[in-house]
Amino acid sequence: MSASVSSAASASQASVSRAALLPIVLLSAFVGAFVVFGVGFAHSNVLHNAAHDSRHALGFPCH
Amino acid sequence: MLQALITTPLILQAETYEVAGLSAPVLHQAAGMKAVGASAELAPYAGGLTDDGRVWLAHSPGEHDEAAGELGFLDSMIGAWAPEDGLERTLYTSLSSILTGFGFGLMLLAAMLLGARRIDAATGLQWGLGAFAAVALAPALGLPPELPGSAAAELVARQTWWVGTAVATGLGLWLVVGRGEPLLKIAGVLLIIAPHLIGAPHPHEYASRVPAELQGHFVAASMVSAAVFWAILGSALGWLWQRGETT
Repeated sequence: MSASVSSAASASQASVSRAALLPIVLLSAFVGAFVVFGVGFAHSNVLHNAAHDSRHALGFPCH
Repeated sequence: MLQALITTPLILQAETYEVAGLSAPVLHQAAGMKAVGASAELAPYAGGLTDDGRVWLAHSPGEHDEAAGELGFLDSMIGAWAPEDGLERTLYTSLSSILTGFGFGLMLLAAMLLGARRIDAATGLQWGLGAFAAVALAPALGLPPELPGSAAAELVARQTWWVGTAVATGLGLWLVVGRGEPLLKIAGVLLIIAPHLIGAPHPHEYASRVPAELQGHFVAASMVSAAVFWAILGSALGWLWQRGETT
Protein backbone atom coordinates (compact mmCIF):
# COMPACT_ATOMS: atom_id res chain seq x y z
CA MET A 1 0.00 0.00 0.00
CA SER A 2 2.60 2.49 1.08
CA ALA A 3 4.68 1.38 -1.85
CA SER A 4 1.89 2.24 -4.26
CA VAL A 5 1.39 5.62 -2.60
CA SER A 6 5.04 6.46 -2.85
CA SER A 7 5.19 5.30 -6.45
CA ALA A 8 2.17 7.46 -7.23
CA ALA A 9 3.90 10.39 -5.57
CA SER A 10 7.06 9.84 -7.52
CA ALA A 11 5.00 9.48 -10.68
CA SER A 12 3.36 12.86 -10.15
CA GLN A 13 6.74 14.33 -9.37
CA ALA A 14 8.06 12.91 -12.57
CA SER A 15 5.13 14.32 -14.52
CA VAL A 16 5.83 17.80 -13.16
CA SER A 17 9.44 17.69 -14.23
CA ARG A 18 8.34 16.21 -17.54
CA ALA A 19 5.98 19.11 -18.17
CA ALA A 20 9.00 21.38 -17.79
CA LEU A 21 10.74 19.22 -20.34
CA LEU A 22 8.06 19.73 -22.99
CA PRO A 23 10.03 22.13 -25.21
CA ILE A 24 13.00 19.77 -25.14
CA VAL A 25 10.73 16.84 -25.90
CA LEU A 26 9.22 18.59 -28.90
CA LEU A 27 12.64 19.71 -30.07
CA SER A 28 14.06 16.20 -29.84
CA ALA A 29 11.07 14.80 -31.69
CA PHE A 30 11.58 17.40 -34.39
CA VAL A 31 15.31 16.79 -34.69
CA GLY A 32 14.68 13.04 -34.79
CA ALA A 33 12.08 13.42 -37.51
CA PHE A 34 14.40 15.68 -39.48
CA VAL A 35 17.26 13.21 -39.30
CA VAL A 36 15.07 10.27 -40.25
CA PHE A 37 13.59 12.25 -43.12
CA GLY A 38 17.04 13.17 -44.34
CA VAL A 39 18.28 9.61 -44.30
CA GLY A 40 15.12 7.83 -45.32
CA PHE A 41 13.03 10.08 -47.51
CA ALA A 42 14.89 13.03 -48.96
CA HIS A 43 14.98 12.93 -52.75
CA SER A 44 18.36 14.53 -53.08
CA ASN A 45 20.46 12.30 -55.27
CA VAL A 46 23.53 12.54 -53.08
CA LEU A 47 21.64 11.74 -49.89
CA HIS A 48 19.88 8.91 -51.67
CA ASN A 49 23.07 7.32 -52.90
CA ALA A 50 24.76 7.59 -49.53
CA ALA A 51 21.85 6.11 -47.62
CA HIS A 52 20.73 3.71 -50.32
CA ASP A 53 21.50 0.39 -48.65
CA SER A 54 20.15 1.51 -45.28
CA ARG A 55 16.94 2.61 -46.89
CA HIS A 56 16.44 -0.81 -48.36
CA ALA A 57 17.46 -2.62 -45.20
CA LEU A 58 15.06 -0.60 -43.07
CA GLY A 59 12.20 -0.95 -45.49
CA PHE A 60 11.85 2.69 -46.47
CA PRO A 61 10.29 3.17 -49.86
CA CYS A 62 13.20 3.69 -52.21
CA HIS A 63 13.51 4.55 -55.91
CA MET B 1 22.52 12.20 -18.76
CA LEU B 2 21.74 13.89 -22.03
CA GLN B 3 25.01 12.60 -23.32
CA ALA B 4 24.04 9.11 -22.33
CA LEU B 5 20.74 9.52 -24.11
CA ILE B 6 22.45 10.67 -27.23
CA THR B 7 25.18 8.09 -27.29
CA THR B 8 23.10 5.01 -26.57
CA PRO B 9 21.27 4.95 -29.85
CA LEU B 10 24.69 5.07 -31.47
CA ILE B 11 25.83 2.06 -29.52
CA LEU B 12 22.62 0.34 -30.37
CA GLN B 13 23.38 0.93 -33.95
CA ALA B 14 26.27 -1.43 -33.66
CA GLU B 15 23.34 -3.79 -33.94
CA THR B 16 22.10 -2.39 -37.20
CA TYR B 17 25.62 -2.45 -38.45
CA GLU B 18 24.92 -6.14 -38.57
CA VAL B 19 21.95 -5.33 -40.72
CA ALA B 20 24.13 -3.42 -43.08
CA GLY B 21 26.55 -6.31 -43.26
CA LEU B 22 23.65 -8.64 -43.73
CA SER B 23 21.97 -6.77 -46.50
CA ALA B 24 25.00 -5.54 -48.36
CA PRO B 25 26.04 -8.97 -49.66
CA VAL B 26 22.45 -9.62 -50.63
CA LEU B 27 22.29 -6.38 -52.55
CA HIS B 28 25.56 -7.07 -54.27
CA GLN B 29 24.46 -10.55 -55.09
CA ALA B 30 21.27 -9.21 -56.57
CA ALA B 31 23.15 -6.61 -58.52
CA GLY B 32 25.43 -9.26 -59.89
CA MET B 33 22.51 -11.35 -61.07
CA LYS B 34 20.88 -8.40 -62.70
CA ALA B 35 24.05 -7.35 -64.39
CA VAL B 36 24.33 -10.81 -65.93
CA GLY B 37 20.69 -10.76 -66.95
CA ALA B 38 20.92 -7.31 -68.42
CA SER B 39 23.90 -7.98 -70.59
CA ALA B 40 22.51 -11.33 -71.71
CA GLU B 41 19.21 -10.11 -73.07
CA LEU B 42 19.88 -6.45 -73.69
CA ALA B 43 17.53 -5.63 -70.87
CA PRO B 44 14.03 -4.71 -71.96
CA TYR B 45 13.84 -2.71 -68.75
CA ALA B 46 17.05 -0.84 -69.33
CA GLY B 47 15.05 2.37 -69.70
CA GLY B 48 14.13 1.94 -66.09
CA LEU B 49 10.39 2.28 -66.64
CA THR B 50 7.58 -0.24 -66.95
CA ASP B 51 4.00 0.86 -67.11
CA ASP B 52 3.85 3.20 -64.14
CA GLY B 53 6.00 0.85 -62.11
CA ARG B 54 9.63 1.64 -62.20
CA VAL B 55 12.34 -0.93 -62.46
CA TRP B 56 15.73 -0.02 -61.18
CA LEU B 57 18.92 -1.78 -61.93
CA ALA B 58 20.99 -0.99 -58.92
CA HIS B 59 24.50 0.35 -59.32
CA SER B 60 24.27 1.15 -62.98
CA PRO B 61 25.30 4.78 -63.21
CA GLY B 62 22.90 5.53 -66.05
CA GLU B 63 19.97 4.77 -63.81
CA HIS B 64 21.11 7.18 -61.19
CA ASP B 65 21.55 9.88 -63.76
CA GLU B 66 17.97 9.39 -64.79
CA ALA B 67 16.82 9.93 -61.25
CA ALA B 68 18.66 13.20 -61.13
CA GLY B 69 15.77 14.96 -62.77
CA GLU B 70 15.36 17.29 -59.86
CA LEU B 71 18.64 18.40 -58.46
CA GLY B 72 18.59 19.64 -54.91
CA PHE B 73 20.95 22.02 -53.22
CA LEU B 74 23.33 19.28 -52.14
CA ASP B 75 23.42 17.88 -55.65
CA SER B 76 24.36 21.19 -57.15
CA MET B 77 27.11 21.44 -54.56
CA ILE B 78 28.54 17.98 -54.88
CA GLY B 79 27.31 16.75 -58.22
CA ALA B 80 26.30 13.20 -59.05
CA TRP B 81 28.15 11.38 -56.36
CA ALA B 82 27.74 7.86 -55.09
CA PRO B 83 29.95 5.99 -52.66
CA GLU B 84 32.40 3.51 -54.12
CA ASP B 85 31.41 -0.08 -53.65
CA GLY B 86 33.24 -1.83 -50.87
CA LEU B 87 34.49 -0.15 -47.75
CA GLU B 88 33.26 3.35 -48.57
CA ARG B 89 29.81 2.07 -49.31
CA THR B 90 29.66 0.06 -46.11
CA LEU B 91 30.86 3.12 -44.25
CA TYR B 92 28.07 5.30 -45.59
CA THR B 93 25.55 2.56 -44.99
CA SER B 94 26.55 2.28 -41.36
CA LEU B 95 26.65 6.04 -41.01
CA SER B 96 23.14 6.40 -42.37
CA SER B 97 21.96 3.49 -40.22
CA ILE B 98 23.39 5.17 -37.16
CA LEU B 99 21.72 8.44 -38.09
CA THR B 100 18.41 6.66 -38.57
CA GLY B 101 18.76 4.94 -35.21
CA PHE B 102 19.62 8.25 -33.60
CA GLY B 103 16.59 9.93 -35.15
CA PHE B 104 14.25 7.09 -34.25
CA GLY B 105 15.71 7.07 -30.74
CA LEU B 106 14.95 10.77 -30.27
CA MET B 107 11.42 10.33 -31.58
CA LEU B 108 10.74 7.26 -29.47
CA LEU B 109 12.01 9.01 -26.36
CA ALA B 110 9.81 12.03 -27.10
CA ALA B 111 6.80 9.76 -27.61
CA MET B 112 7.47 7.97 -24.32
CA LEU B 113 7.87 11.25 -22.47
CA LEU B 114 4.57 12.46 -23.85
CA GLY B 115 2.61 9.27 -23.45
CA ALA B 116 4.11 6.87 -20.93
CA ARG B 117 3.09 6.90 -17.28
CA ARG B 118 6.43 5.58 -16.19
CA ILE B 119 9.59 4.99 -18.12
CA ASP B 120 11.85 2.06 -17.32
CA ALA B 121 13.39 -0.82 -19.18
CA ALA B 122 10.16 -2.86 -19.20
CA THR B 123 7.88 -0.09 -20.46
CA GLY B 124 10.61 1.02 -22.81
CA LEU B 125 10.59 -2.46 -24.31
CA GLN B 126 6.83 -2.24 -24.78
CA TRP B 127 7.14 1.13 -26.47
CA GLY B 128 9.95 -0.16 -28.62
CA LEU B 129 7.84 -3.11 -29.75
CA GLY B 130 4.93 -0.78 -30.40
CA ALA B 131 7.20 1.36 -32.52
CA PHE B 132 8.35 -1.76 -34.36
CA ALA B 133 4.73 -2.57 -35.16
CA ALA B 134 4.08 0.99 -36.30
CA VAL B 135 7.25 1.71 -38.24
CA ALA B 136 8.25 -1.71 -39.56
CA LEU B 137 5.40 -4.22 -39.46
CA ALA B 138 2.44 -2.13 -40.56
CA PRO B 139 4.14 -0.42 -43.52
CA ALA B 140 5.67 -3.73 -44.56
CA LEU B 141 2.21 -5.23 -44.87
CA GLY B 142 1.47 -2.86 -47.73
CA LEU B 143 4.97 -2.13 -48.95
CA PRO B 144 7.35 -4.96 -48.11
CA PRO B 145 11.01 -4.00 -48.01
CA GLU B 146 12.27 -4.24 -51.55
CA LEU B 147 15.53 -5.17 -53.09
CA PRO B 148 16.75 -2.84 -55.78
CA GLY B 149 15.37 -4.04 -59.07
CA SER B 150 11.84 -4.69 -57.91
CA ALA B 151 9.08 -2.91 -59.69
CA ALA B 152 7.36 -0.36 -57.55
CA ALA B 153 4.81 2.37 -57.89
CA GLU B 154 5.60 6.06 -57.90
CA LEU B 155 7.96 7.05 -55.09
CA VAL B 156 6.18 9.99 -53.52
CA ALA B 157 2.91 8.08 -53.30
CA ARG B 158 4.67 5.21 -51.57
CA GLN B 159 6.52 7.50 -49.18
CA THR B 160 3.31 9.27 -48.29
CA TRP B 161 1.55 6.00 -47.65
CA TRP B 162 4.49 4.72 -45.60
CA VAL B 163 4.62 7.76 -43.32
CA GLY B 164 0.85 7.89 -43.04
CA THR B 165 0.68 4.23 -42.07
CA ALA B 166 3.44 4.55 -39.49
CA VAL B 167 1.81 7.57 -37.87
CA ALA B 168 -1.71 6.11 -37.96
CA THR B 169 -0.57 2.77 -36.55
CA GLY B 170 1.43 4.44 -33.79
CA LEU B 171 -1.47 6.68 -32.81
CA GLY B 172 -3.91 3.80 -33.06
CA LEU B 173 -1.78 1.54 -30.90
CA TRP B 174 -1.48 4.25 -28.29
CA LEU B 175 -5.26 4.74 -28.29
CA VAL B 176 -5.92 1.01 -27.99
CA VAL B 177 -3.31 0.22 -25.37
CA GLY B 178 -2.94 3.49 -23.54
CA ARG B 179 -6.47 4.78 -23.23
CA GLY B 180 -9.31 3.21 -21.27
CA GLU B 181 -12.32 4.69 -23.04
CA PRO B 182 -13.99 2.13 -25.32
CA LEU B 183 -14.74 4.72 -27.98
CA LEU B 184 -11.09 5.72 -28.16
CA LYS B 185 -10.09 2.07 -28.37
CA ILE B 186 -12.43 1.57 -31.31
CA ALA B 187 -11.07 4.70 -32.95
CA GLY B 188 -7.58 3.29 -32.45
CA VAL B 189 -8.45 0.02 -34.15
CA LEU B 190 -9.99 1.93 -37.06
CA LEU B 191 -6.84 4.06 -37.32
CA ILE B 192 -4.70 0.94 -37.52
CA ILE B 193 -6.87 -0.67 -40.17
CA ALA B 194 -7.55 2.42 -42.27
CA PRO B 195 -4.26 2.60 -44.22
CA HIS B 196 -4.70 -1.00 -45.35
CA LEU B 197 -8.26 -0.35 -46.47
CA ILE B 198 -7.00 2.58 -48.49
CA GLY B 199 -4.29 0.32 -49.82
CA ALA B 200 -0.67 0.92 -50.63
CA PRO B 201 0.26 2.19 -54.07
CA HIS B 202 1.42 -0.76 -56.14
CA PRO B 203 2.69 -1.20 -59.67
CA HIS B 204 0.27 -2.73 -62.13
CA GLU B 205 2.39 -5.77 -62.66
CA TYR B 206 5.02 -7.41 -60.55
CA ALA B 207 7.98 -7.13 -62.81
CA SER B 208 10.79 -7.80 -60.42
CA ARG B 209 14.03 -9.09 -61.81
CA VAL B 210 15.06 -10.19 -58.35
CA PRO B 211 14.50 -13.88 -57.59
CA ALA B 212 11.50 -14.28 -55.30
CA GLU B 213 13.49 -16.42 -52.90
CA LEU B 214 16.14 -13.76 -52.47
CA GLN B 215 13.44 -11.19 -51.94
CA GLY B 216 11.85 -13.40 -49.29
CA HIS B 217 15.10 -13.81 -47.42
CA PHE B 218 15.64 -10.10 -47.58
CA VAL B 219 12.23 -9.25 -46.17
CA ALA B 220 12.67 -11.73 -43.33
CA ALA B 221 16.14 -10.44 -42.49
CA SER B 222 14.93 -6.87 -42.61
CA MET B 223 11.99 -7.56 -40.30
CA VAL B 224 13.98 -9.56 -37.78
CA SER B 225 16.69 -6.95 -37.54
CA ALA B 226 14.09 -4.21 -37.20
CA ALA B 227 12.43 -6.11 -34.34
CA VAL B 228 15.74 -6.56 -32.55
CA PHE B 229 16.67 -2.94 -33.14
CA TRP B 230 13.42 -1.55 -31.72
CA ALA B 231 13.35 -3.89 -28.75
CA ILE B 232 16.87 -2.93 -27.74
CA LEU B 233 16.37 0.75 -28.49
CA GLY B 234 13.19 0.89 -26.38
CA SER B 235 14.48 -0.96 -23.37
CA ALA B 236 17.82 0.84 -23.37
CA LEU B 237 16.13 4.23 -23.58
CA GLY B 238 13.76 3.28 -20.77
CA TRP B 239 16.55 1.92 -18.63
CA LEU B 240 18.73 4.97 -19.12
CA TRP B 241 15.89 7.37 -18.52
CA GLN B 242 14.95 5.69 -15.26
CA ARG B 243 18.56 5.72 -14.15
CA GLY B 244 18.74 9.42 -14.91
CA GLU B 245 15.54 10.14 -13.01
CA THR B 246 16.57 8.33 -9.85
CA THR B 247 20.06 9.73 -9.60
